Order: sequence, then structure tokens, then C-alpha cells
Amino acid sequence: MYDLIVVGGGPAGLAAAHAAWQKGLRRIRILERDRELGGILNQCIHNGFGLHYFGEELTGPEYAGRFIGMLQKTGVEVSLDTMVLHISQGREVHTVSKAEGCRVLRARAVVLAMGCRERTRGAIAIPGARPAGIFTAGAAQRYVNMEGYMVGRRVVVLGSGDIGLIMARRMTLEGARVLGCVELMPYSGGLNRNIVQCLHDYGIPLYLSHTITEIRGRARVEGVTVMAVDEERNPVPGTEQEFLCDTVLLSVGLIPENELTRGMGVEMDARTGGAAVLESMETSAPGVFACGNVVHVHDLVDFVTAESIRAGEAAARYVLEGDTADKKPVEIQNGPGVTYTVPQRLRPALPEKGVDIFFRVSRIFRDSAVRVTAGDAQIARYRREHLAPGEMERITLPRALLEKAAGQPITISVEEADSQ
Amino acid sequence: MYDVVVIGCGIVGAAAAFALSRYQLSVAVVERDNDVANGTTKANSAILHAGYDPEPGTLMAALNVEGADMARELCRELDVPYRQCGSLVLAFSPEDEALLQRLLERGRANGVQGLQILGGDEARHREPNLSGEVTAALYAPTAAIVSPWEYALALAETAVVNGVKLYLDAPVTAIEKEDAGYCVVTPETRLRTRYVLNAAGLFADDIHNMAAAPAFSITPDRGEYYLLDNSEGGVVNTVVFQCPTPVGKGTLIAPTVHGNLIVGPNNERPAAREDVATTADGLRQVCELARKSVPDLNLRQSIRNFAGNRSVTEFDDFIIAEANGAPGFVDLAGIKSPGLTAAPAIAKKAVELLASAGLALREKPDFTAHRRRVRFRGLSPARRADIARENSAYGRVICRCETVTEGEILDALRAPIPPRSVDAVKRRCGPGMGRCQGGFCGPRIVELLAKHQGCSPAEILQNTAGTYILTNETKGGTTHV
Repeated sequence: MYDLIVVGGGPAGLAAAHAAWQKGLRRIRILERDRELGGILNQCIHNGFGLHYFGEELTGPEYAGRFIGMLQKTGVEVSLDTMVLHISQGREVHTVSKAEGCRVLRARAVVLAMGCRERTRGAIAIPGARPAGIFTAGAAQRYVNMEGYMVGRRVVVLGSGDIGLIMARRMTLEGARVLGCVELMPYSGGLNRNIVQCLHDYGIPLYLSHTITEIRGRARVEGVTVMAVDEERNPVPGTEQEFLCDTVLLSVGLIPENELTRGMGVEMDARTGGAAVLESMETSAPGVFACGNVVHVHDLVDFVTAESIRAGEAAARYVLEGDTADKKPVEIQNGPGVTYTVPQRLRPALPEKGVDIFFRVSRIFRDSAVRVTAGDAQIARYRREHLAPGEMERITLPRALLEKAAGQPITISVEEADSQ
Repeated sequence: MYDVVVIGCGIVGAAAAFALSRYQLSVAVVERDNDVANGTTKANSAILHAGYDPEPGTLMAALNVEGADMARELCRELDVPYRQCGSLVLAFSPEDEALLQRLLERGRANGVQGLQILGGDEARHREPNLSGEVTAALYAPTAAIVSPWEYALALAETAVVNGVKLYLDAPVTAIEKEDAGYCVVTPETRLRTRYVLNAAGLFADDIHNMAAAPAFSITPDRGEYYLLDNSEGGVVNTVVFQCPTPVGKGTLIAPTVHGNLIVGPNNERPAAREDVATTADGLRQVCELARKSVPDLNLRQSIRNFAGNRSVTEFDDFIIAEANGAPGFVDLAGIKSPGLTAAPAIAKKAVELLASAGLALREKPDFTAHRRRVRFRGLSPARRADIARENSAYGRVICRCETVTEGEILDALRAPIPPRSVDAVKRRCGPGMGRCQGGFCGPRIVELLAKHQGCSPAEILQNTAGTYILTNETKGGTTHV
């Protein structure tokens, strides 16, 4: 019987396992399906990781390396090349691996940290032919950065998610010609710093409010048609532009990988695609926690780490101090301008200091304020110069404020300044 | 000198090769592609029709019902995913209901068992997600779903095991008449043969015209489809059709044997014979038509779109006959729907035609039709544990979405018709068929194929000739890997 099983050895799983060890758990095992720890960080060889958490700029493998190094000083056990097939409601974890075959491991607590996957061409139904040369940006990144092969010479990127932006630069540095980055929405889905450092610095045009309406090519991609879209995101006739390219990279969104979570009957949140969680990152299944991109898609690994430490510490508390189900949670509701929050509910009595609330906004807001209300009363207000859907926001509600809410649902909303 | 050369290895060519492999004959199959089942066979509704659609008296009617019966047994023998889930044809109006009545009568005339007309509520009781507008439905319990490419592959593999020679990457460029038969010419080989079976699908008219005077021409219809994630696989449990129109059986929603939901087709005329591109209009049409049957259909769970072309000729029936003026050259042409269902019966009829043209049939004493493969995902936990203990390669999951193990992929690489591309591996054991569409497992499949073929990953193809995946090594190359 393990104290804690962590499913996934990416940044979320590493931080959660380490935090649980620090809080005194001793029988901990990480189950990782890939051949090494670190998850997607291993293929993110660019820098920019760790500014918040380590106060310095690291590459992805370096960031993962820090945590792997910290774990090596603990007694946390690791199974690599190990797939979790199923987790029962009684926290029996069914695994299979080449080394050990099929096993059933039992645990007092489980942290789900499976990360996310990329949306594909099929998910967004891009019409046209089905030649080779269409890759999700992350799959291309794996080929280029880990396998050592280029995936094309003339590239159009669809979507302006961060991986797509990073890959536009990476392909350019490897000698490919990136003809443009095409984004359906009127704003980028990625971080502003990536727009500047990956597109502007390399003269790669960004086509906002545009999309690919047809892919051509018999065997390999030969070209795409790009069109402007109107406010309902429908292509505008007469705006067709033809790009001759051999490669299309897709960066059109990430989907939390929750097949195991659903299989356990855990309550899900349709807005995030992840489990609904409490402030401790505990799901609706007692003793089952979730953190990182499996809960909601983050922009920055530093925030994944912060959230996962919270999950790991709470899992330790659950094992060492017992269930806290008797404390009644309040809902966190989405007001105008807010598309989701994590956590979805919180127990005001529990946090020692305060609660971090992550959320995303529905559009670009300038010179605005984030309002926190409980019932009719405003309990907090935070000014923001710029809010964008592509940039996850975080506010910290101190415990004193939570007490003001007095058991009423809390609403987070965005209010644009009067001058706008 | 071959007794028979079969041109084309889709479902019809594969079924013919399988049927011929029972006899003491020398048989070759030539396929222009680098894999079997890579044309119309892999891009259709994956349905074995009950047989109420074709007009009584047509070849389509007779061979549909016979083929459906044969398929049940064949799929069991050859370990092909098959499920007799039944079908419903929905009516939304009195006109539709009148058509259901005609279909019922036609089906009875064709010998279809168990047909029954249900009221709207009965239909919804059977399929709770059906529209409230449905007023009646024709229920056909014998309709089934199948993995069409595995069906063709299983037939072709079994034919090869029983001595049939398969030439892949062998497009036929000419057919020369000789004293004792024909010489089938491909870029690499010249195959002399007494008889020819033309199972060239969309190109059957071109092949026919190499040996005989033109008698038909193929102007394909195209159908576009959505394939939805496993999460939607239970939206319907039977095949749900709408009333047929003059151009086709209408848009359907059906479970697949792989656990997905298939939605389509529409019906349109492609610009070129091989043009299987999807279109914005076509996909929109599929959505609209399908929502008439199931209004809450969640097309956001789409994992792939595809289109397939159907071999339509100017004759509204299959063309199964010796060509005029070309003795020993038999056309199996115009095989549109219900071709997948009819295939084994078409093959049986082809063998009869060859026999009446003089081919002597003596059964092989050592013919074997037994094929089994490991499907890890479908095994019980106890069986999974056993098999992973016996062979550790079954313990390594390569495709996360479909739970396909390295052992299954190695089995495919060693099978009678080894896969030559990433998609050929997918058709054999499923990696990349799921919701991530090979995003995670693609590089691993490339690696396994390259290792098995003893070549560089850069030489591995996605599918057919020219579908390269990787262009060159990066500046740092692969020295660090």
C-alpha cells in the first residue's frame, strides 16, 4: 500500500510528489508512461522557464532537471515506461509495463498529473485533401528537438498557441521558411512575449481573424488556402490567399487528458475539460487530487509547479490527518468576462494563508478591474492594465477576505474602466 | 504462368484471391498501391447491409443478402471485428413511411430475415437519442458493422498464407493478349496468365479497356464523413439511416467496431476520380443531415474527417461478367454500395464464371482459413497479465489513446503482408486511430518501422508513395539521439 501514487512524471507530477515528501509522506511512487521523467518539458529546449519559481531563465529540460535532482534526494520511487490503464474508485491503480507486466497498486491518495494533448486537424475539421505533412506543433517539436529530424521546408502555422509560436521560430532557425501564422481569433492564443520573440523578431507575419479553409496535396502537402473571417468566424468570400507550402503545423488548442479521470467517475468541468477541484486541488473523489494541465491548460510551467505543490501538500495532509470532507465548500462562480476559474469551489475555513485562484477572460480587456463579490457585496477589486484570453490570470484571496464571504458563493468578474 | 491474375486488392480483389486460394491454382494479385485495402475499401460507412435496398432481381440484391451471410462466418474464422447490431431506417413524414413499406417489401423479396416496421416511440425506445420528429422506422436485425480494411486484409493475408502471390506497388500499365491467355504488365514484372479478374475499383474501366472494347465507364460519387471520439460511440447502438434517395442510402449515424461513431456520407461529384478531399460545404451538409436523425450529435468530438469515392457506372448494378471479345477476362466492376457486403458473394460468382470459362477447380487439401491476432485492449485483466508475462512487448503501450502495445505492432510487422507505412501499421493494429491521431505515438511507429526495415526514419512514409514525413536531419543531426 502506497501513501501516494502520482500518475504522470511531468512538471506537475514531479512537484506534487516532491511536495508530498516534504510534508512527511514516505511511500510515494510516480508512474510515467514515457521513457524519462520531465514530460513535455524535455522537448521544450527554448528558454523562458522558471522566471517566477526559480527567479531565472531556464530551458525546459533544465527546469525538469531541477525537480528531478530534488526528487533524487528523496525516497520517491519512479516507474518509467509504465502505462496506467485504469484507476478504480477504491484507488487501485492498474498499470502495465514491459519490465513488470500488469500490476495493481493500491494507494491512500492519488495525484492525477497526466497533462494534456493537442487538438488535431480532425478536431477542427479543416477541409481538403489528407496528404502527409500536417503535424500538431508538439509532435513536430518532438521530431525536431528529440528525434533530430526536420518535418518540412515551407511551413504555415495554424493557430497562435505558444507551442506553434515557438515552433515557428524553431523551424526558422533550422532553415525552414515559415510563411505565416494564421489565427482564427482577433487576438493571439499565446503569450505576448512569444508573439514578439518568435514571430516579430523573425519577420513572420501573423494573420489575425484568418483561417485555413483548404489543404491541398496528393501525397505531401502542396499548399493551403487562407481566408479572412468575419465576426462570426465565417470565411469572407474574396479574401482567399494561396500559400505554397509542404507543411502545416497546428497549434489550435490543448485538451486535458482525462480519460482515467472520467473512468473513475470524478466530477468534470466542461469549461476547463478537467476535474472540478477544491482549493486543495482535491477532486470530487476523496483522496484523489489533480494538478497541472490535466486540470486546466496553463501558459507557464511555474504556475503548474505552484498548483502542484498545493496538490502534493494537500494529499500529504489527507493521508496524515484524514479526510476534511466535513468542511462545507462555497462555489466560485464566473461573472461577466470570466470563462472559468480553478479551483471551482473552496472551503473558506481551510487554507492557512489564502487561496490562489487561476482564471481566464473571454476577450481582451484594457484598463480594467477584476472584481470579487460574495452575494451583493464586493470583497476585493484588483486593477489590471491588460487582460487577454491567451494569458492566464491569478489572484490571491487572503483568508481574511474569505471569512467576509460568510459562506456565500463567490463571483469573479471583469469590469472595464468607465473611460472605455 | 499463372492460372489467374487478380487486378486490385481492395475488398473485392482480396475476397477473390481468398476464394481462389482454396483451389490447386497458381494465383497472383497485383495492387498498384503499397498496401491492400487502401482505396474505397478503407473509406466507406463500414456497414454490412441487410439487403432491403437493391431492387429485386439485380445482382446487387442477390449478392448483398448472400454476402452478408458469408461475412458473418468469414469474420469469425478470420478474426475480423464484426458486430451484428441491426439497422433502422428513419421516417419523418407520411411519404417516408410509404417508402419504408416499399423497402420492407423489397427486403422480403430479396430474402432479408426479420424486417419489422416500428413506430416512432418504439424506435426511440430502442435508440433514445433519436429525434422526436421520427414517425416510424424500418428495423433490420441482420445489418452489421465491420472493420472494412481488416476484413480485406484478413482475406488477403489468408490468401497469401495459402500460396497466392501478392505484388504491391504494381500498377498495371498494359494487358497483352496471348495465345493461351493474357500478359499483365507492370513496371517491374510481366505476369502471364490464363485468366484475369478485374477488381480494379475506381479504375476498373481503364483496366477493362486494356483487354476489351469499352463497355462501361466509371464516374465516381464521393461521400464525406465525420469520425467521432470513443466518448460518443454509444450515442446510437444500431446503424441509423435516413430514407434512401435516388443517389444513395442517405446520411447515417452508426457505431464502429472500434468504438467510435461514424457520421456521413453526403453525395457529391468529385472533380477527379482520385479526388477524396473533403469540402467545407460537404462537411456542413453532413452535419445538417445527421442532426435531423440525432439533434444533439456532438460533432465537437470529431477526431477525423475523410471522404471516399464509390465506383458508379452508367449501369445501376454490379458488372460481373466475362468481357465481350476477351475470353477469360472477367470484370468485377461498378462495385458501389453494397459492395463491401457483397464482396464474398461476388468472389464466389467470379470463381463460378472462371469455372464455366474452363478453369478446373480442385480443392487444396491443406487449405487453412484460421487467423488470430492479439488485441490487448479487448482482453480481460487476467488475460492481459498472462500475455504481458509471456511476452514483455505486450506490456509496453505505444498508442495511449487506443491502448496498442509494442507486441501487437511487432506482430503486424511479421504478418503475411507486412505494413510498409505508418498508416498501414494503423490499419493492422490501430495505433494512431484515436483521439490524438498519432500525435504521441507517430514518432514511435516511425522508429519501429525504420528499425524493422533497416532504414533511416527519414525514409518512412505516412501512407502511399511520396507521403514522406521527415525531410532531413536537423543541423545537429541525430548524433545526440
